[in-house]
Amino acid sequence: MSFFSELSKLLKKNIRDYGMFIALFIIMLVFSFLTEGVFMSPRNISNLINSTGYIAVLAVGMTLVIVIRHIDLSVGFLAGFLGAVAAILLTSYKLPVIAVIPVIMLMGAAVGLFNGILVARLGIPAFVVSLAGMMIFRGALLQATSKTGTIIVPNPGFNAIGNGFIPDFNLVDGLHVVTLLIGLLGVMLYIYSEIKARRKKQHYEFEVIPVSIFYAKILFVSALIGYITWTLASYNGLSWTVVVMLIVTGIYHFMTKNTVLGRHIYAVGGNPEAAALSGIDVKKITYFVFASMSMLAALSGILYTSRLQSATTTAGTLFELDAIAAAYVGGVSAAGGVGKVTGSIIGALVMSSLTSGMNLMGVGISYQYMIRGAILIIAVVFDVLTRNKK
Amino acid sequence: MDGLSENNEHILEMKNITKEFPGVKALDEVNFSVKRGEIHCLVGENGAGKSTLMKVLSGVYPFGDYSGEIVLNGEVQKYQGIQDSERAGIAIIYQELALVPEMTVYENIYLGHEIKKRNVIDWNETVVNSSKMLKKVRLKITPETKVKDLGVGKRQLVEIAKAFSKDVKLLILDEPTAALNDDDSKNLLMLLKELKGEGITSIMISHKLKEVIEIADTVTVLRDGKTICSLDASKGEVSERVLIKNMVGRAIDDIFPKRNKKEFGDKVLEVKDWSAYDYVSGKDILKDINIYARRGEVVGVAGLMGAGRTELAYSIFGNPREYKIEGSIFIGGDHKRFHHPSDAIKAGIAYVTEDRKGEGLILIQDVKKNISLANLRTLADKGVINDNEEINVATRYKDSLTIKTPSIEQLVGNLSGGNQQKVSLGKWLFTQPKILILDEPTRGIDVGAKFEIYTIINKLVEEGMSIVMISSELPEILGMSDRIYVMAEGRITGELPVEKASQDEIMAMATV
Repeated sequence: MSFFSELSKLLKKNIRDYGMFIALFIIMLVFSFLTEGVFMSPRNISNLINSTGYIAVLAVGMTLVIVIRHIDLSVGFLAGFLGAVAAILLTSYKLPVIAVIPVIMLMGAAVGLFNGILVARLGIPAFVVSLAGMMIFRGALLQATSKTGTIIVPNPGFNAIGNGFIPDFNLVDGLHVVTLLIGLLGVMLYIYSEIKARRKKQHYEFEVIPVSIFYAKILFVSALIGYITWTLASYNGLSWTVVVMLIVTGIYHFMTKNTVLGRHIYAVGGNPEAAALSGIDVKKITYFVFASMSMLAALSGILYTSRLQSATTTAGTLFELDAIAAAYVGGVSAAGGVGKVTGSIIGALVMSSLTSGMNLMGVGISYQYMIRGAILIIAVVFDVLTRNKK
Repeated sequence: MDGLSENNEHILEMKNITKEFPGVKALDEVNFSVKRGEIHCLVGENGAGKSTLMKVLSGVYPFGDYSGEIVLNGEVQKYQGIQDSERAGIAIIYQELALVPEMTVYENIYLGHEIKKRNVIDWNETVVNSSKMLKKVRLKITPETKVKDLGVGKRQLVEIAKAFSKDVKLLILDEPTAALNDDDSKNLLMLLKELKGEGITSIMISHKLKEVIEIADTVTVLRDGKTICSLDASKGEVSERVLIKNMVGRAIDDIFPKRNKKEFGDKVLEVKDWSAYDYVSGKDILKDINIYARRGEVVGVAGLMGAGRTELAYSIFGNPREYKIEGSIFIGGDHKRFHHPSDAIKAGIAYVTEDRKGEGLILIQDVKKNISLANLRTLADKGVINDNEEINVATRYKDSLTIKTPSIEQLVGNLSGGNQQKVSLGKWLFTQPKILILDEPTRGIDVGAKFEIYTIINKLVEEGMSIVMISSELPEILGMSDRIYVMAEGRITGELPVEKASQDEIMAMATV
């Protein structure tokens, strides 16, 4: 069979896995064409990725919440509120950044645990619990910022999280060498893990993709990582936001794929009754997933406050919906049990690419909402249509 | 007899119906004819194809999904869905009743075909007509009663009243008495006879042969998707012996493999003075149960649907449905308390559920992940799963249980019923249990796969496992068990060594 017919067969079979990558690729192509290359400029790509950070971390947590068949609407204003609390701790109480971050994240986890208990132990629908949380934290945010209005955070260390870039040796002019090295390391790690996984599959005589496609895939992904790294390196390099995103994604990807906890989460999502009868404590899993969600909301709040260098009265508005949209666009199934955190990150990138591209083209905000809404519904329709096919 | 008069005599003829599922021929050239105004019983073992045949008739499987012909009142029917068959006057009443508990009886009776005047529901007319329908089924309640306040028996009659409100010509009842107590069952059978007097034709699917003999004018026996025979009661062709012979089709020895060794050890599981109350239904579901199981023994638990067998299994297996429980469990002589299924698993109990798809397996995950799920921790180091080890384990069970799947990475939802059941077995065997509770282990799987499951059961008890097998199929209970408990209405109503047990005796105990 020829390379291309193999490729199209494979794409058809795994359309759910590759769908959003293809979507992202097409969106990027279309926008760079429509904006005459401005979209793919180093400055824009860097901005785009950095402005995705606070939604991306929410999308990671939301993935797991949707996987276990729940929803969390409270995370937007929780992020806004905890961002304001962080700002107050930094300005009024003069706490060091290194103390503020863990304190805020623990506060987030505590809120999430409480939500989880309401949902799992008392059986209150997550929609209602988190809707109540949304109202409460909106009020709490207004209360926290009531005296001062916007709280300016004059802390350069804290503000670097959302605006700063990782340091460099300044060896080459106009090129961020450390970023390039990290990118290279990433490519090498990727190739190594792909080859290892393929060897293992062959060892157990599982089905593997044809060798030509395998190399094409490695080449494609490596080129993509390389290109993005190069683009970032020729601007300011890797931002701390991207570093945070990569760490969060890495931890959650590993957790969902390789740990007992991750497997139990997907089992609960796939069939809660069967999971309980298999000895899994469904309540504990629910507590954990909600706690992790709200902890990431706290992180999102820190990223956003730091990016704006201030806590505003409307911070966090509609974050939750952006995160939910990112998760769905990224292939999380509305029926539960299916969805990858890496997919949701791509979903978040798809959504912010749309925003960025349309902004560059000068599309009005009214049309932007409509188009993003249409993309979301297309993504879910795609999910439903491909779910029952093999 | 010419064609016309035959059409007149038969209200329904299903000719050469064949329906295939992936890997299974559920119906193979089935012929089924029902005479006008008779009570026609359809019998056969589980998996014989009765329900599939009725789904073909009612349009659940639309025209084109099967081959063959359905002739109703002399006209060929091509149903695209249930609506079409209902319009033609066919009404099916399933075991799981389709009533809305929070609505009144009259709302339920006319649900979906409301009586309207100028597009507004005419409630007065609805209530008046509902009263007539209730009278027709001899149900003495007011139409304003809420369905949730009725017992199962009366709900069934409401369903029948609903069928009448749609001007039913052919009434089909799928195991109508399975969930009913004796009085309600007698009532229902009486009603069917009276309706026959009024010219209503009914088809009844039933496992209870005594009922069948009492009520049927004609009995059709299905086995392995084929019509075996159609017997005329008025000619004295129907007897329990004849029915069983035709249903089973061969001597029991061929269906159930022989066990090589029968040695019973100590009591591994003992349940004493066990009672359970269900908060959800507000009922005592188990009362004063005392049972035990020994090493190397298959203990059969027989009883009718609703006797409390599955509830007993749940209550022992860590009580995930959170009943209020009294009594004690001893595992190997030690008194144990289970707060969650995980405690029961740790103590060496495994429970293969009745509802494979709903409660047993995760259909959207692959064979490997399903097999490892209940004992994942032994495959993990500090919470991180050892992939290679997991693959080895899954492969081991795939081979030893001969699970037919292209790969252990195949989704379980894509496997046949028999292979799904083997995955379920593999999953629980991997927890290394001392006691294996099997709930309807062969429900809905074909004869060949059944034999394989039985062989596995025999091998396990020979190796010293203790098996508690809940089953509604009496031949299976008699063919596999060493000792039999019979349950009815939440109690143990009898205990028999298999040598002294017979279908009659078990049925008598089950219908106390």
